[in-house]
Parts: sequence; C-alpha cells; structure tokens
Amino acid sequence: MSNQEYTDTMLEVYIFEASQLIEQLEVVIMENEKSSCYTSEAINEIFRIMHTIKGSSSMMFFTNISSVAHKLEDLFFYLREQKPEHVDCSSLSDLVFEGVDFIKVEIEKIKAGDRPDGEVDSLLDKINDFLAQLKQINENSVPTAPSMINATVSGNSKTETVSKTETVSTPSQQFYIPPDQASLAGQQKVFKATVFFDEGCEMENIRAYTMIHHLKELTHDIIHLPADIINDEQSIQVIREQGFTIYTRVSKTYAEIHEHFMQTIFLKDLQLIELPDNGDVFPVETPQTVLVAESPVIVPALPDKKGEKEAVGQSIISVNVQKLDKLMDLVGEMVIAEAMVSQNPDLDGLTLVNFHKAARQLHKITTEIQDIVMSIRMVPLANTFQKMHRIVRDMSKKLNKEVELKINGEQTEVDKNIIEHISDPLMHLVRNAVDHGIESAVERIDKGKPAKGTVFLEAQNAGSDVLVTIKDDGKGLNKAKILEKARKNNQLTRPEAEMTDRDIYNLILLPGLSTKDQVTEFSGRGVGMDVVTKNIETVGGSVSVMSAEGSGTTITLKIPLTLAIIDGMNVRVGTARYTIPTTAIMESFRPSVGELITDPNGNEMIMVRGQCYPILRLHEHYHVENAETDITQGILIMVSQDEKYVCIFADELLGQQQVVVKALPNYIKKTKKIGGLAGCTLLGDGSISLILDIAGLLHRRT
Amino acid sequence: MSDLLVADMDEIIEDTQKDKYLTFTLGNESYGVEIKFVTEIIGVQPITEVPEMPEYIKGIINLRGKIIPVMDVRLRFHKAFQEYNDRTCIVVIDVKDTSIGLIVDRVTEVLSIPDTEIVTPPEMSKGNREYIKGVGKVGQEVKLILDCDKLLNEQEAEEINHR
Repeated sequence: MSNQEYTDTMLEVYIFEASQLIEQLEVVIMENEKSSCYTSEAINEIFRIMHTIKGSSSMMFFTNISSVAHKLEDLFFYLREQKPEHVDCSSLSDLVFEGVDFIKVEIEKIKAGDRPDGEVDSLLDKINDFLAQLKQINENSVPTAPSMINATVSGNSKTETVSKTETVSTPSQQFYIPPDQASLAGQQKVFKATVFFDEGCEMENIRAYTMIHHLKELTHDIIHLPADIINDEQSIQVIREQGFTIYTRVSKTYAEIHEHFMQTIFLKDLQLIELPDNGDVFPVETPQTVLVAESPVIVPALPDKKGEKEAVGQSIISVNVQKLDKLMDLVGEMVIAEAMVSQNPDLDGLTLVNFHKAARQLHKITTEIQDIVMSIRMVPLANTFQKMHRIVRDMSKKLNKEVELKINGEQTEVDKNIIEHISDPLMHLVRNAVDHGIESAVERIDKGKPAKGTVFLEAQNAGSDVLVTIKDDGKGLNKAKILEKARKNNQLTRPEAEMTDRDIYNLILLPGLSTKDQVTEFSGRGVGMDVVTKNIETVGGSVSVMSAEGSGTTITLKIPLTLAIIDGMNVRVGTARYTIPTTAIMESFRPSVGELITDPNGNEMIMVRGQCYPILRLHEHYHVENAETDITQGILIMVSQDEKYVCIFADELLGQQQVVVKALPNYIKKTKKIGGLAGCTLLGDGSISLILDIAGLLHRRT
Repeated sequence: MSDLLVADMDEIIEDTQKDKYLTFTLGNESYGVEIKFVTEIIGVQPITEVPEMPEYIKGIINLRGKIIPVMDVRLRFHKAFQEYNDRTCIVVIDVKDTSIGLIVDRVTEVLSIPDTEIVTPPEMSKGNREYIKGVGKVGQEVKLILDCDKLLNEQEAEEINHR
C-alpha cells in the first residue's frame, strides 16, 4: 500500500517536472529560432534539460521517452562539443520539436494512467540521420581535443576559479600517469569519486543508483560504496553521512569525468580523485592517494549559476486549485468574523483604547491577507499566448505561408479558471487565422500586401471584461459564400435581406459552417468555431466576428470576470446593495430639479453639461421596496459602456472596494437569466451585494 | 488494499444513511427528505433578494463564503407565507452538486423509515404530488417524502404551467 503511494508521488513529481522542462525547452527553441541560430547557452540548456528528462524517465522505466531524450542529448552533445559551423537551424528545430511532441504525447499517456508505448524507432532514426549528416558536413572543422575541453568548461559557465583549477589539473594529471600503464589499459584511468547530495533531497539511494546507471554508459568497471544501494535501507543513511563513493575505470579524461558527475541533480559536493591504475582490482579499503597528483583536487560545490537557477525553480510551487478556493472562502469568513468581533454590539458605549488599537491592527492584517489571496489566482495570459508562437510556426511551415505573430497585452491577468477555458478556443482561432485568413505569399504580393502575413493577438481589460482579440490581415470573410452555405444548411437566423454584416459574420459561429471547401489537417471541418463559441459561453463570455473582405478578420472574445477581482462602487437601494464596476463609472452627482426632463412616455432624462442622458431607477428596475423615490434625495451615477451612457439612480453610495466576483448560483441562473447582473460578491460585513452588468443594463434599455 | 478500505467506508456511510429521513413540518403536514441530500441545518439568515425570481426563491444567502439560493417551501407549495421566527430553519440540501436552502417551519427529527413502510402516493388530479416520491408511515403519522431532484430541476415546467 505504502509502496503504491510512494510511486504515485514519484510519478506526480515526474510528470510535473517533465512537463515544466518541456515547456521551458519550447520557449528556448522558439527564442533561438527567431534569431535563427543556437547560442552556446541555449545548447547547454537544451542539453541539460534532455539529460534530466532522460535520467528521470529511465528511473521511472519509461524507456521510450528516455531513449528519445538520450538521442537528442547526443545530438546536442555533439553541437556543444564540436561547435559545428554548418547547422541547418530550422530542421534542427523541427527535429527537436518532433521529439518534444513525442515526449508530450507520452506524458499525456502517463497522466491518463496508460503505459507510454509510442513508436520511437523512426524518430530515433531521424535524429541519427541528422546527426550523421551534421557530422559529415562538419567533418573538417572538428576542433582539437584540448580546446574542446576548455570550451566545455567555459561553456558550462562555471566560476573562473573552478575552470582554472581544472585546466591546471588536466596537464598535471597527464604528467603523473605512467605512460606504459596508460597504454596497457588502453588509455584507461581509475577515478575515485565521493559524492554528497543536497541535504533534504531525499531518496539518496535512488539518486546514487541513477548516477551509476549513467556511468554505465561510459564503462562497466564500477565499484561503489555502499555496495547495495537499492535494497538496503541503511544505504541512505550511509550516503548521507559518508557520501557515495564510486571507483571506476574509464577511458576519459579527468575533465570529462568531472563534467559527467557534475550533471547529477541535487549534487552538493563532489570530490574526484584520479588513482594510478596498478592493474589489480580497485582499491576498496584505503585508496592510496599519496601516489596521485600532489594534492587531490577538491572541487567546491556546484558553481553559482546552476545554484541560482535551481533557486528560481524552487521559488514557485504548484498548489491544488481546490485548496486555493478553500483558502479564499476561509479568508472571506475570517474577514466577516473580524468585523463581527471589532464591531460587536456588546462593545457599544465602552471606552476601550487598547482594544481598538489591537482591532485596527487585526483589520489591517486581514485586509492584507485578503488582497494577497485574491491575487494568487490571477495569472498573466503570457504563457497561453506564448504557446501560440509554436502553432503559428508549425502551421506557417506546413502551409508554406509566411506568418508573423504579434502579441500585445500578455501581461493582462486573468483568473486561472478562465485561462484553462480559453486556451483551446484561442488555439482554434489562431489556426483559423493562419489557415483561412492569411493568403499565400504570391497572392498577398498580387494584392499589394507585404508577403509576410501578420496575426495579432491582443488582450486588454475593458471594464468588467477581458477582451482577447485575434486579428489577421488576410483575405477576410466572404459574405456571399457564408450566406450560400448557411442557406444550404438551413441555418439562416433571419430573412436574408434583413441581415446586417455583423449577423452574417456571426453565422460562421454556427456548427457545420465552414467556407473552406477543402478539409485540411488544421481546419475546415466546420466544427472549430462552434466549439470555440461553446467553450467561451461556458465561462459566460461571448464571441463576435468583424471582417472586411480583402483586409482581414477580427475575432473578439469577451470574457467576463467570473472569478476576477474588480474595483467596485457599492451602492444602496432600499435594503439591497449593488456593486457597480468602477471602470464603468464616469461620475456621480446629486441632481437638482431643474435639470430633470420627463418625456411624454414617462421616460426620465437629465441634462448634464448640455448633454441629455437617460435615467435608470434601480428600485423600479428591480422592484426594490422601501427605496428612495425622490430623485433629489438620492444620487445619480453616470455609467458608460461602448459609448452608451445611462444615469443609475440609487439611494446612496456606500464606498469603493475591491471585490471578488462570484457567479450567481447555478440554480438561479437556470431558473431565469437575469438581465443586468454580472454576479454577486460578499461585502466586508458578510452580506451579499449584486454586481451590475452595465452592458447588460444598457442593452435592456435599447 | 486502501481502495478496499475506502469502498468499505463508503458502504458503511451508505448503510448508516439508508432509510434515514430528516423530517420537518410545513403547517400541519410533515415532510421528509433523504438524509443523504442534507448537508446542514441553519437558522434563518439575512437573505439578499435577487430580482426577477419567482416568488418562492427568496434570494441568496452567504453560507460561509459559499453563495446558495434559498427557497421558501411554503410558497413553493402554494401555502400562505408565514413570518420567519426562531423556529424557522434553512435545510441546506445538495443534489447533484446544486446546493439550495429550503426554508421550513420547523425541523423535527431524523427518522428511520424502511422501504416497506413507504407507499406510492395515491393518484390525485392536482397539487404537489409530482414532488412527493412516497408516503412514509411512522406509527400513526404519515410523512410525505420529498423528491429533491424534482424539486430542484422541474421548476421551469411548473412555472410555465402557472402562466
């Protein structure tokens, strides 16, 4: 039972780690592809990532993943060591992406609880071929051995002192090795390595096992202490206290071996000593260090750069969203409880100076906690947007179109829930833009457009919504074609003559309507857009399409806040409270009788600075009892959305506050769709306030 | 092994809840709901009215950060409205992930009514029969067993009938 749990957590960690690494990898590749060359830093990074994936995958016995990672690692090892001059960057990226995709698919399988069993051979062959090709092309420019070592050392960006020690030690070793012995053992050398892992890294024995596993790629002459690392529970203790000692005979230089060991994760300290190979079995008791180079080279713990990197990785933890929700609810309760204590009616009439001091302090802290908890859930869209680069890249290659993706406003923060819901639709839309929208280069030049098409991806906060716009400068939508298709499918929503451009364009959101005659790998089946609409609608958003034939299509996703935080103005109407998003508020004022106008139909209006605005009485609109009806006694709040204005009449303003928007309960939503309400929120005193949806209110009036 | 245990536990919980009904009164009648639907019983709280709702949806309440609608069962069954007092309770039930509070006159007790003591209600031409799943006999009394599922999910049909 416990064993099962153990592997489960291991698996979880593995999946998390691997997916993060893959994501990181994609970013690195995309960056480098843009500048169309791989920097040595990037090569190192990719190498390192592949190495880690290989190691952890083989530890979990996912052999196909590890073999792919291994091959890619080989490739990048070659790139790093040989620094070939002629590399076909884009096919290299393709190859790496193929590998990355393969690993992604396998990880998905693991997540779903299946065995990762993807076919690897063809991919491996491809990488092999590429590597062989690369080697052939660059055969002449293979650098000599010593410079290679130097390159490796500096390439790994260790601190200067370290690289110095190493470069110094390399020649000195060569000096101390008896030539006959070296030739006897076929240039083989014996090393003793003592390894200490980071404290608290856990599973030392398994890490040690992985080390041995890696070392076996180089040689099979390995003896290690403690000998039984997997089955003997004591070994963990021994490794923690005395370190993990390895004796090995390899045909590698000191630097190479050192390098090899330094790649171990959670490595804290490595002592690597070269021993004279006197032919017999490795010394197991006391190694005769006296005979070796004057003093053993003791390499200090990992160089800073790597240390820093790891620190960055660890400063972010992933938390179950459910726990966050729970935390949020609890904090909400705490705020209410705080108010209940500090404003307790029992305290009335008492002079409690110290109590009030303490209560103020408590209030300050609770508000701060609330703010932080609220901000935890907010995630910038950047990550989702970055993924689109990859899609645009792949598609433009396959479709032979030149497309550039321009991103704007990726810093816009959106609730994590929403991000999950919009990433798929976004992908569809970007695909559509590239596939349907952007024309081929020849066509574009004919039309007098730049050969390179552009897809804009933009996010912005607009009042109580987030607007995500996908715009392309392609051929736009063909109205006649859409109408024809819709007629054929019997999907016309209104008589044709009455339809506005907007109506026609919105037809493409219906299922089964694709104007593309040919079904391609990417789109044209007519299922895309209605799935997009459905997905967006599940989070309560909307999709709208605008297009101009010949110059492009703009699709706007309007996503409501659902769980987003907004700045709101709380107002009172009778006993009910409403929250108006501050962004929609233009001004608030107390009207005087002279400014009021009533038209023959009983519609009230008000003149403000020569402009006439309609008045909406909330108490009438929502049938609230006991509310102020004398307009001069209440307050008017002028709100606007999309260039439309209305003055909302309320009893009084209660104050401005940041509020978490909660959706109305499903039951309520199911019973009736209430116009003009965006949701509800909890006020500081625990009471509920209804959030007004200004756009909805304005819409109802027209 | 752990799976087995969990399954066992589930079975035990299921077992202890079987045939148990929370009973409450509305006027003269006594009703029962299956205990497995009931999450908690609270006193009457300040209710925030939601506009444009049917009369029996009194509004929404804040149940420790969770916002749930409350329904006055009296109004739902077309009985006269009665002012809330300190005996009035909100029974929070959770059916298929939809939580709702039922405002009832008074919660009485939890009763065990075996299946054999529950009979299908007699056919009647009008009334709330559609929400009554059965009639439970406990000694001399009868308890009307509510069909929570229908109560929550079939209000739309009913609403239309009313218009």
